[in-house]
Amino acid sequence: MAMKRIGVFICHCGRNIAGTVDVKRVAEEIGKREDVAFSTTYVFMCSQPGQKLIEDSIKKYNLDGVVVANCSPTLHEKTMRNAAARAGLNPYRVEIANIREWAAWPHEDNPEAATRKAIRIINATIEKLKANASLEPIEVPVTRRVLVIGGGVAGMQAALDIADSGIETILVEKEPSIGGNMFRLSETFPTLDCPQCILTPKMNDVGGHPNIKLYTYSEVEDVEGFMGNFKVKIKKKATYVDWDKCTGCGECLRVCPAHVDSEFDLKMAKRTSIYIANEQAVPLKALIDENSCIRLQFEKKVKEGKIKPKKNVKICSKCADVCEPNAIHFQNNEEIVEEEVGSIIVATGYEVMPAEAFPELGGKYPDVITALQFERLLAPSGPTAGIPRRPSDGKIPKSIAFVHCVGSRDPQNGVPYCSRICCMYTIKQAMLVKHALHDAAVYDFYIDIRSNGKGYEEFYHRAKEEYGVNFIRGKVSKVYKVGDKYRVQGVDTLTGRIVEVDVDMVVLATAAKGSSTVKELAKKLRIPYDEWGWLKETHLKLKPLETPVGGVFIAGAAQFIKDITDSVSQGSGAAAKAMALLSKPQLEKEPLLAKVDPEICAGCGRCKDQCAYDAITIDPIRHVSVVNEALCEGCGACSANCPTTAIQVVNFKKGQVVRAVDVLAEVF
Amino acid sequence: MKYTITKDPHEDERVQKIIEISGQNIFSCYQCGRCSSGCPMAEFMDVLPNQVFMFLQEGDVDTLLNAKTPWICAACFTCTVRCPVGLDLAAVMEAIRELQLRKNYDYVDPYKVEEREELPPIAMVSNFRKFTP
Ligand SMILES: Cc1cc2nc3c(=O)[nH]c(=O)nc-3n(C[C@H](O)[C@H](O)[C@H](O)COP(=O)(O)OP(=O)(O)OC[C@H]3O[C@@H](n4cnc5c(N)ncnc54)[C@H](O)[C@@H]3O)c2cc1C
Ligand code: SF4
Ligand code: SF4
Ligand code: SF4
Ligand code: SF4
Repeated sequence: MAMKRIGVFICHCGRNIAGTVDVKRVAEEIGKREDVAFSTTYVFMCSQPGQKLIEDSIKKYNLDGVVVANCSPTLHEKTMRNAAARAGLNPYRVEIANIREWAAWPHEDNPEAATRKAIRIINATIEKLKANASLEPIEVPVTRRVLVIGGGVAGMQAALDIADSGIETILVEKEPSIGGNMFRLSETFPTLDCPQCILTPKMNDVGGHPNIKLYTYSEVEDVEGFMGNFKVKIKKKATYVDWDKCTGCGECLRVCPAHVDSEFDLKMAKRTSIYIANEQAVPLKALIDENSCIRLQFEKKVKEGKIKPKKNVKICSKCADVCEPNAIHFQNNEEIVEEEVGSIIVATGYEVMPAEAFPELGGKYPDVITALQFERLLAPSGPTAGIPRRPSDGKIPKSIAFVHCVGSRDPQNGVPYCSRICCMYTIKQAMLVKHALHDAAVYDFYIDIRSNGKGYEEFYHRAKEEYGVNFIRGKVSKVYKVGDKYRVQGVDTLTGRIVEVDVDMVVLATAAKGSSTVKELAKKLRIPYDEWGWLKETHLKLKPLETPVGGVFIAGAAQFIKDITDSVSQGSGAAAKAMALLSKPQLEKEPLLAKVDPEICAGCGRCKDQCAYDAITIDPIRHVSVVNEALCEGCGACSANCPTTAIQVVNFKKGQVVRAVDVLAEVF
Repeated sequence: MKYTITKDPHEDERVQKIIEISGQNIFSCYQCGRCSSGCPMAEFMDVLPNQVFMFLQEGDVDTLLNAKTPWICAACFTCTVRCPVGLDLAAVMEAIRELQLRKNYDYVDPYKVEEREELPPIAMVSNFRKFTP
């Protein structure tokens, strides 16, 4: 039944709309329509009196539909629908006509045209509204479990908060230990806490929490399902060691003859082929890296027929020989496990650009390293026990230059954005060098110091006033070798001259990017990311933790590079979002979804091919399309492709949309 | 224009001397430029007051000893009052002048000044100072 008693409410939005659009005239024009029972204007429709006006008018004029002409529906559609519901009108009988963004703002210079356009937009909206059906939200069941991907500080915080609330949490980390990049750091600005001291309690809490199921050295293989009901396949990578038996004693590490660069120490140290991620790893378990293990490489070559095993030759099994609990079995124990969860939090963190990407800044030399590598040399638990040494010859440097903004703020050679944390960590590292080596000369080349956090500017001033760090304003253009030293060619833009200094070591604050694995993961989750690997939030200001996929949240540096304080806050924030979602036994979902008329549907399957959410199947018996309401997002791609209009989105039916477009397309 | 830093400016004796004479930690200047933007003499200077600090922070005292700026400074203390980190810039200017004066060069020979008996003593004193560089 088409509506006959529609109410139209035109908002002034202060002067935002009324300053350009003649709202009085609009109300009068619209009021002339036969199907409009009441039409008026008000200064702020979203205010409490504005909403009250809608409620009272619905009752007074017995309205059967409402159009509110104001701002974008993303802002106040919900407000207005709730107001209508309070007055007993089905909320899906309310539509928003956006006359602010579409009429008032773009035509500020032409009030007459803006007014006529506003009238037209409202008329079109009424045409659409007239055939709206009354709807009820759809209820879907929900699994009360959460998956957190990434075991850095953000992911750990999220997992702990959720687990503490009594909800079972699954934490998947691709490395053998949780801890993330923070666990690599020496000390943390601006308080100079030691991360090993402040992070291990959290790591142990995660490792021992009754509500946390920890999968380290694992990756998400596949994700199916929808908000409240995800099915996730997790690949546990091969460790060749039985972790139920391994006690983490480390005996095997002492005998293994094969050595490779340590991932945890970012090539600043070696590890053995059988290894434990680090001394405080959680879980503290050994695993074999198949690419460097003498035995596994041998077995592989035999299998590929590349070599023939001679009899009586003993192939290395030194680790297994010393392993008391007999944990090392050399068997490929890769495994796929399945978990069901209601919500997913992605906290996959960041990576930094390698020094090698900047040969002009000396990245090709061994003593020119990234700041993250330098963290390992400054860490008391690191390979040099906190006294930095040159990677090339192990000498203690007498002078060090730090270079800011390497690749950052540089769309030609890196990324356009400011990496945000490097000013602070460079200042921190400069201070720590002075702690460790009192008479080392430290030069800090910066473009400008960005220290916008609590206690940050004060931290910078301490470095200047108390630590004897030399700050020089200007970007370094090149670093080259002169004898045993590295010549840094910079500039001092404050005095206006080139500045040169010879140093023993150079530390590059290279740009941060999203985790290199994140793009593949994001595709599995169907969440968007940008070209630098940062996950995209739904709204930068108001929905920074949400993604367009319901039930999937993001936290920490995975969204954009940030410091620990912000990463932890986001971890807790995402946890709260997931918990709110799982707090109800059923989830409510907007009923504006695709519906199939089986009488018309020919089962051609064109709709199925279009659906980005895999919501459509073709019933093999009846040979018609079937929509999974829980999966459908109501985008309408199916409907646009259906040759027979059998599949249509509720309240966006073909007749409705076409009538609205007809009004809009009339000659102006 | 090129400057080569040969040793840590913090270790430079003359920079340390200026710190000692002025009592100011010249390394705490963070180059906001407020001293220069408010200095009534800045437009006549060859090195801006904030640049004085930058030269010091790079250990380049020579440039300052050869500059006119310290002698153009009127010691009005405007910069001192305005510096956000509380540096007494006027005292640093004086320290630079002092460094030059302590070289004990006599550019003016008092015995060759004609009618020196007639001159007020203050004129002689300021003469020594002003014609020093
Ligand atoms: C040189 C340097 C110094 C710093 N110093 C400080 C400091 O002093 N103070 C401060 O506040 N901040 C500092 N930071 C920033 C700090 O490192 C970050 O704020 C923090 O690590 C972010 O935590 P996160 O959990 O979001 O990400 P990360 O620490 O990057 O953790 C992400 C985790 O996710 C895992 N992961 C990635 N992809 C996948 C996948 N596909 N599947 C499963 N797991 C995955 C990773 O292995 C990692 O464990 C510094 C950064 C740098 C580069
Ligand atoms: S088999 Fe040998 S090479 Fe392989 S991990 Fe064990 S000790 Fe190392
Ligand atoms: S935080 Fe500092 S060093 Fe890092 S990109 Fe921004 S300005 Fe450059
Ligand atoms: S004291 Fe000297 S430098 Fe400072 S404002 Fe006055 S004239 Fe300028
Ligand atoms: S006002 Fe103070 S901090 Fe600012 S540039 Fe001058 S001396 Fe430096």
